[in-house]
Amino acid sequence: MSGQTGPVCVVLIALLVLWYVGAVFMNAPTQIDRYERADQTWTTGQLIEDTLAQERPILPAPHQVAVEMYNTIFAIKITSKRSLVYHSWVTLSSTLLGFGIGTLLGVLLAVGIVHVMTLEKSLMPWVISSQTIPILAIAPMIIVVLGAIGIKGLVPKAVISTYLCFFPVTISMVKGLRSPQVIQLDLMRTYNASKWQTFWQLRLPSAMPFLFASLKVAIAISLVGAIVGELPTGAQAGLGARLLAGSYYGQTIQIWSALLTAAFVAAILVVIVGWCERKVLARMGVKP
Amino acid sequence: MTLKQVVNNVAEMPASKKAVVDIKKLSLTFQTADGPVYALSDVDLTIEEGDFVSFIGPSGCGKTTLLRVIADLEQATGGDISINGVSPHEAREQRAYGYVFQAPALLPWRSIERNVTLPLEIMEISKEERIKRAQEALKLVELNGFEKKFPWQLSGGMQQRASIARALSFDADLLLMDEPFGALDEIVRDHLNEQLLKLWARTNKTVAFVTHSIPEAVYLSTKIVVMSPRPGRIIDVIETDFPKDRTLDIRETPEFLEIAHRVREGLRAGHSNDD
Repeated sequence: MSGQTGPVCVVLIALLVLWYVGAVFMNAPTQIDRYERADQTWTTGQLIEDTLAQERPILPAPHQVAVEMYNTIFAIKITSKRSLVYHSWVTLSSTLLGFGIGTLLGVLLAVGIVHVMTLEKSLMPWVISSQTIPILAIAPMIIVVLGAIGIKGLVPKAVISTYLCFFPVTISMVKGLRSPQVIQLDLMRTYNASKWQTFWQLRLPSAMPFLFASLKVAIAISLVGAIVGELPTGAQAGLGARLLAGSYYGQTIQIWSALLTAAFVAAILVVIVGWCERKVLARMGVKP
Repeated sequence: MTLKQVVNNVAEMPASKKAVVDIKKLSLTFQTADGPVYALSDVDLTIEEGDFVSFIGPSGCGKTTLLRVIADLEQATGGDISINGVSPHEAREQRAYGYVFQAPALLPWRSIERNVTLPLEIMEISKEERIKRAQEALKLVELNGFEKKFPWQLSGGMQQRASIARALSFDADLLLMDEPFGALDEIVRDHLNEQLLKLWARTNKTVAFVTHSIPEAVYLSTKIVVMSPRPGRIIDVIETDFPKDRTLDIRETPEFLEIAHRVREGLRAGHSNDD
């Protein structure tokens, strides 16, 4: 770990510096405009200071976002409508529901495709073409259609997450379930093992590394799906709703703190999946 | 028992014991894009109870294919074959044989013990019985004490022994071995050959053993089947008469060298057809 801390810090600092420089340059024109309208004289130092402290900057400075995040995460009751914890939970719950259903669906599709020849021919084209449709185009339709039959709130968003995240799971699991070597399949055949036994004892364990690789992708895009699902209806709550509200009122600081929070939530989810992966593979006796 | 005349032709031997594998006019042709490949042609062979039969020949002579036909991993395209009087398919359904592959093919996520109990689990044998049989099988290959280890923690030779224990665990009377020691160095191989012979003498199993090595074939077998490629066929069957408790020392005897010579002559004759 110690050997990696240095480089990680250097990259982090470089990104922050870049962000500050970007903020100054992006916000400077409006700030100069403001000085001129007020007939005010200004120095470069003053300009830099003011560009990093605007109320509605084009690009907010990192510390502005940090303060906003602190205020809306720690300094406020989590039941408040302004709390990012509250909004994150709204998004997270549909993310997790969608991820769960999507993983299950993805695995079931893969099991079908691997075991039934005709399913591969008939299902696979649909699985692939489903992902060629932009999610932004299909999300409003899902919300409207499900809303028309009385399904609102959590479930439609979860459906969008499912729509996005079953795909990598299906693709990897098809590959994973087909990963046993011929010699291992022959071995099962010499025992006269049933398809079901071969699946449990050989195919599924062989597919575990493939499954976890895809789950890391799936959980992250599941969060994206949930956020996208909150956009089209002007949802009342969720990180997507915060993004939308922020853009309506030009609250760029609010947008950026919602964005960063979403990124943190995604990172934590991926880390949790990675932790599960290590635990499961260690239990399976994988060479450390 | 004295080592007198040990070389006999199979035709002169009286058929006394029960035939485990009976093959008549067997042929197998693979249809490939480049036309048919005659993997096996007109093969006649009987393996009797308690026999240790080696199949030897150059690559492509069909020795592995023949073993796979016996195991119902390939289907013959002509002729007859019966295992214990039934078809290979039925024999496989009855779990009539244990198969040892060229590679150990252990499942990396299972401990050695759980690898050995895999066939027993598939056969739905109770847990206590599984553990008991795994203990016995691991003792036979001298791997007791390694039950909880995972395959990657064992050397190549030990892994192959574990795979033999796995084939022994459900106590099939017929053991099919496809170059099980091909990837191991000679010292380890000698040792495993000795162990295998002891095991065979103790359990009275019938063994069909594919190999590339002439000394291995002569040392282990009661019957050596010499094969030749294109088309894969049997060109000689040599019966040997070494005692069951033979040691590696017999490799220095004239009888041994005589049989080895005959095997080599057979292989050479088979080769001259196309080279």
